[in-house]
Order: sequence, then C-alpha cells, then structure tokens
Amino acid sequence: MAQTVFAPWTEADQKPLIEFRNVTKRFGEFTAIDDLSLKIYEKEFFALLGPSGCGKTTMMRMLAGFETVTEGNILLAEQDINDVPPNKRPVNMMFQSYALFPHLSIWENIAFGLRREGRDKAFIDTRVEEMLRLTRLTRFAKRKPHQISGGQRQRVALARSLAKAPKLLLLDEPLGALDRKLREETQFELMDIQEKTGTTFVIVTHDQEEAMTVASRIAVMDEGRLVQVDTPGQIYEAPNSVYVADFIGDVNLFPGKARARPEDTQIAAAAPDQPVSDQPVPDQAAADQTATAPMAEPAPSPTATPPEGPTVARLPAPDAKGDWLYDKIFRRFLGDRTTAPRRLPPPNAEELAAPKPEPAATAQPAEPAIKPGGIFIDWAEGQPPIIAAGGDPAMDGREVTYSIRPEKVTIDTVRPDRPNVYEGKVIDIAYLGNISTYHVELAGGRMVKAQMVNARRLANRPITWEDTVWVGFTETAGVVLEE
Amino acid sequence: MKRTSWFNVTSLTLGFAFLYLPMIILVIYSFNESRLVTVWAGFSTKWYGELFRDQEFLDAAWVTLKVAVFSSTLATVLGTLAAYVLVRAGRFHGRTLFSGMIYAPLVMPEVITGLSLLLLFIGIGLDRGVFTIVLAHTTFSMCYVSVVVSSRLATFDRALEEAALDLGCSAFDAFRLVTLPIIAPAVISGWLLAFTLSLDDLVIASFTTGPSATTLPIKIFSAVRLGVSPQINALSTLLIAIVTIGVVTASIITKRAAVAQARDEQAAARTA
Repeated sequence: MAQTVFAPWTEADQKPLIEFRNVTKRFGEFTAIDDLSLKIYEKEFFALLGPSGCGKTTMMRMLAGFETVTEGNILLAEQDINDVPPNKRPVNMMFQSYALFPHLSIWENIAFGLRREGRDKAFIDTRVEEMLRLTRLTRFAKRKPHQISGGQRQRVALARSLAKAPKLLLLDEPLGALDRKLREETQFELMDIQEKTGTTFVIVTHDQEEAMTVASRIAVMDEGRLVQVDTPGQIYEAPNSVYVADFIGDVNLFPGKARARPEDTQIAAAAPDQPVSDQPVPDQAAADQTATAPMAEPAPSPTATPPEGPTVARLPAPDAKGDWLYDKIFRRFLGDRTTAPRRLPPPNAEELAAPKPEPAATAQPAEPAIKPGGIFIDWAEGQPPIIAAGGDPAMDGREVTYSIRPEKVTIDTVRPDRPNVYEGKVIDIAYLGNISTYHVELAGGRMVKAQMVNARRLANRPITWEDTVWVGFTETAGVVLEE
Repeated sequence: MKRTSWFNVTSLTLGFAFLYLPMIILVIYSFNESRLVTVWAGFSTKWYGELFRDQEFLDAAWVTLKVAVFSSTLATVLGTLAAYVLVRAGRFHGRTLFSGMIYAPLVMPEVITGLSLLLLFIGIGLDRGVFTIVLAHTTFSMCYVSVVVSSRLATFDRALEEAALDLGCSAFDAFRLVTLPIIAPAVISGWLLAFTLSLDDLVIASFTTGPSATTLPIKIFSAVRLGVSPQINALSTLLIAIVTIGVVTASIITKRAAVAQARDEQAAARTA
C-alpha cells in the first residue's frame, strides 16, 4: 500500500485551520466549555461527539459566530476571529433544522449567499448549477422547500452552505431528521462531497455510528471538556477512559483491583504442579492449539460447534433443569436456594474440572501460551482474576476497570481454552439478524455481553436461553482503564 | 340522530339570532321606502342614493378612510418592531415591565385613553384634526398589531435568521429578506385589524378630533341623536358589507394557501 495516509495531526509542521486556545464559554453561572484547546486541520472531517448538553453545539456556534467566547481565542487560518461577526466569517453552517427559506425556491435558496456577496449573474448561475448537480437536485430547482422530501431538503441545505465555497463547513446533526436507511446513504454522500470539494467539515452529532463512519478524527466531549480526540479506530479500540469506552459502542466493564503479574514466565512455570493439574482442560488437543491461536478474534470460536458438541453440552444440562425445577416448584417447600446444591447428585468429572473459587487459582497464568507481563484484575470474590497483558504493572494495587467489547468475547457450550474463561447462564439473546448478542449472567450476578456473527442459519445455532455456557476472551482483547 | 337534538338546534338558533338579528333588521330597514324607521312601506334603494348625494357623509367617509390607512400603517410598523424586540431581545432587565406596558392599552378603558390624549394634545398645543386622530388611533391599535405579530414570531425558527447571517446578511438584511417575508401574513392581518379598529372607533376619535375632522362613527352618532334616519341604516349596511367582504376574502386566501401547502407536502412525500 503506497497510498499516503491522511493524518495531518501527526505532522508537527502542519498549520491547523482552526485552533481553539484555552477557550471557555459561560452562560451566567453555567460553564458550557471549560478551558478547551483543540486543533483542526485542513481537509479534515472532524466530528464532535457527545451526549446532549456536553457543549458540542456551543463549540460549533462559537465557530459560526453565533456565540461569543468568554475567555480564550479561536483562530481560523491563524487569524483571531473572536470579534468577526457571523456574516463576515469564511465559515458556513448547515443547520439541524436545515433552515431553508420557505418563501424562496431551491434555486434562490442556493443562490442566497452568492447574491449577498454581490457576485455577477453569470457567476451565480454557473455556481448554483454546479451545486445542484453535485447534490443531484437539478430537476427540483424551481420548487419551494415544502414541495420536496426530507432527504432532498437535507441536500439543499448542504448545497446552500457549500455554494460560497467556505473554508470550513459546520454541520449540526445533519442527518438527525432522516430515517436509518437514508441516513446511511447520506453519510457516504457527505464523505464523497467532502472529498470532491476538499472543504474542511466539522460535524456535531450524538450518533456515534455516524461519527465513526464519516469522520477522520473524533472528539468525544463531556461536560464542556474534550475527553479524547483520536481516529475512530483508536477511539474504539483504545479508549482512554471508562467514559469513552462506555459512550462508543457496546462494552463490558469489569471494575476491580490491579495486581502486577510476574514478568518472567519461567517463575510461573517453575511451580506448575498443583495449579496446572488443576487447570480445567477438557480437550488436551485444544490446549496444544492455543499456542498458535491466542489473539483476539471477533469471529465465533471454532469450538462453539464441534461434532460432539451437543453431547458434551448436554452434560451439565440436568443441573440447569434441576435449578429450574427447584426455582419453579421446590423453592416453595424447601426455602432458599443456597441449600440446594447439597441435595444435588455429586459433581461429575466435567464439573470437577470447572474453576474452583480458590485463592490458588491465581496460579492460572502458568499457562505458557499466555503473553507474560501485564496485570491481574481481581474483579469479584470467588472468580479467577482477569489476565490483562496490556495492563501496566505499575498499576499494582490501584482501582482499575477492564473494558472489553462484546464482539471480542466468545461464547461456547464447552469450556474453551482461552486465558480468561468464565461460566455463566444465558439470560437474554438479542437477535439482530447478522449478529446476536448474548447476555450471560456469571456466578455472582455480573452480566457479560458476548457477540457472535450468525454465520449459520437459525436452526444450526446451539446456544439458547437458560443454557450454561462459557464466555472467554484473550489476554490482549480488552483495555485496562483508570479513572 | 344524537347530533341534531332539539336542544342543540334551539341553542344554536337562539345564539345566532342574538348575534345577528339586530344587524339583519338594520339591513332590511335600509331598503325601506318609508322615512319612518320602524314602519315597512315597501322595497326601495332610494336611501342609498340620498346617502351618496349627501356631501357631509362623503366628507366623513373620506376622513375616516384617511385616518384608518395612515394610523394602521403607522401602527403596523411600530407594532411589528415592538413585537420583534420583545421576542428577539431575549431577557433584558425590565422586559416583563416593557411587555406589560405594550399590552396594557388593550385593557385600558377607551375613555381614559381618549381623555389622556386630549389633555396631552391641549398641553403641547397641537391643533386637533385628522393628524391627532391618526396619532391616537396609532397608539391604541399598535398593541393589537404587536400581539398578532409576536405570536407569529414566537413560533418562528430562529435558525432561519442565523442562516441568513451565516450566508452573509447584515442583521437588517436578514430581517428584510428573510424574517419579514415569512411573517408577512401576520403583519398583514395586524394591519387589517388596526384598519377595522380605526374604522369603527367612536370614543377615542371624539376625544381627539377637532371641528375640521369628523369621522363616520362620529357622524352616525351625532345624526342618530337627532333621530334615526334610513340613510344611517343604508350607511351601516354598506359598512357591514365592506367588513364581511374583507373577512371572507382573507379567510379564503388563508384557507387556499393551507390547502395548497398540504397538497404540495403530500406530493413531496409521494416522490420521496
């Protein structure tokens, strides 16, 4: 791939098109923007993302000139624009409500800004025609805004704001009023137009999918501050805080306490006898394979449907049924469920192999396939700690949160051979067609979401409600966050 | 047939009779042959002819029209500006007081308004005539205009003005090119309201008028004191006709615009 990557923010000598310098905005007592600094570069498609009230709209309105800056400066092409009124800024805005002038035709709407500039008629004609072609609106030119559909109005608004060829185009929730399918199409149109015109776009949105799709960089905002400014990939895969991880996409969060993991695998391997024999490895062949396949794989684990899968899976079934039976019938006579296990038959071999809530379980990392170093996270009483290879051993003893995306969590009917494996029960299945999200309740009540691509058709999927399953993830699949 | 119960029909009839019977009688008797107002002597339009030969009535009609046109135009300009400031200026100190003062003349007894204006005109030594009536009518009809226009402005999408500014308009251009055309229907109906208010005002006009300017309501009132003549009936019938035509035309125009808009929007939804 010889193509140069567009990343002006990584080059030190690049001059930003826009610069916020310690900008603060207060409305009376309320601080909407709190000492914020940010650089946006030419030709970027920059997204301001956050929940309502986070200050993203205020930032956009300050760029357009509709709000004054309380403290600090905003620079456009190295010129301070604090005192430039909106009609004198080389910045145009596409409004959330589109704000098309209802008494003017589509053509006149697009020509409005050019006429104010006092351009001659020929120039206006060609420019408006060009804009109409770009947004595929030529045949609607004579209509009034209320005579066209929502998607067409959106394109008129875009054409009108682009007609003056601004240095910077601001888009305030530009696709909020469109239905989902149209929105997706329009996202690609927007990207296409942005590329064709070479204009810098700044988009405000609360829709993280939209931001991920269109933007070259995303600024995640919260309460008037920037939490993280990064590319969509980095924001998703390497969030810098629980807030970002939780706001972008779906996530499993395990708050817990960090504990340094021995750097040297030799030490761990030196005392393997007891703990390793205690290791629940139902399939020895699979254990050997782990050495070659330890990486995070969003795809469903191949062990999910082995030929003998169903038979093996059925083994713990009596327990689940017994549990159900107990819940439904016996609880009335026998009282609380905590006494129930004593009444059940002695555990079989499979169950004996299951992880015991023992302190000795800390020896788990002896598994040679697991990357050395990193940290353990003790997140629940009686559960083995999470092994996080990405964790900094310096975090030892601190409160941390382990964040892992559902698509990086596998779900199996037999215990898989993964560094982090927990047993649980399927409570809910959200079937979305292409993927399914399983809500699994672990012992102790914690819910974990695991996502599986539905590569097979419905009848072939082995996991259903109330099933006892194993959720697993690799030591590198998640991110350790500190608040 | 619950919907046309006797009770409903009766109350509807009585209600409308209460409202319109006096006017209907007035209209009928304007076509009376007899000079006596209460005795029917056959159909005739001769009183209309007499009316148009009476120079005094024609002069009064001309004065009334002049006053109504000038005062309603002035009131529309001032009322629209007041409404714009009230809705747009946001929260400034004394805003509540200011808006209260704009609306106060709506409920102020006309006698008080008239008397205070009379005292003012005498105080500053202004000769009373057409000019003073125009001023007086402007003062009280301006608040009606501002009520009508501000209720339209309250639902006006502020983003439209911002879009105009964003596209390079000055604040005045944004108002002239975007706001005004959009709120024009409200401004026009404000003007019509001010116009009719001025047409039929008797109390304030009689306080602020001088010997040189007699409006129709004053003329009618003073003529009636000397006895009701069929001419007055004819004049009143004409006034009723003018007002009715105005109201009906206005409502037809509004309705047509609404229907056309609904049709356009449906068409747009189909092509979407």
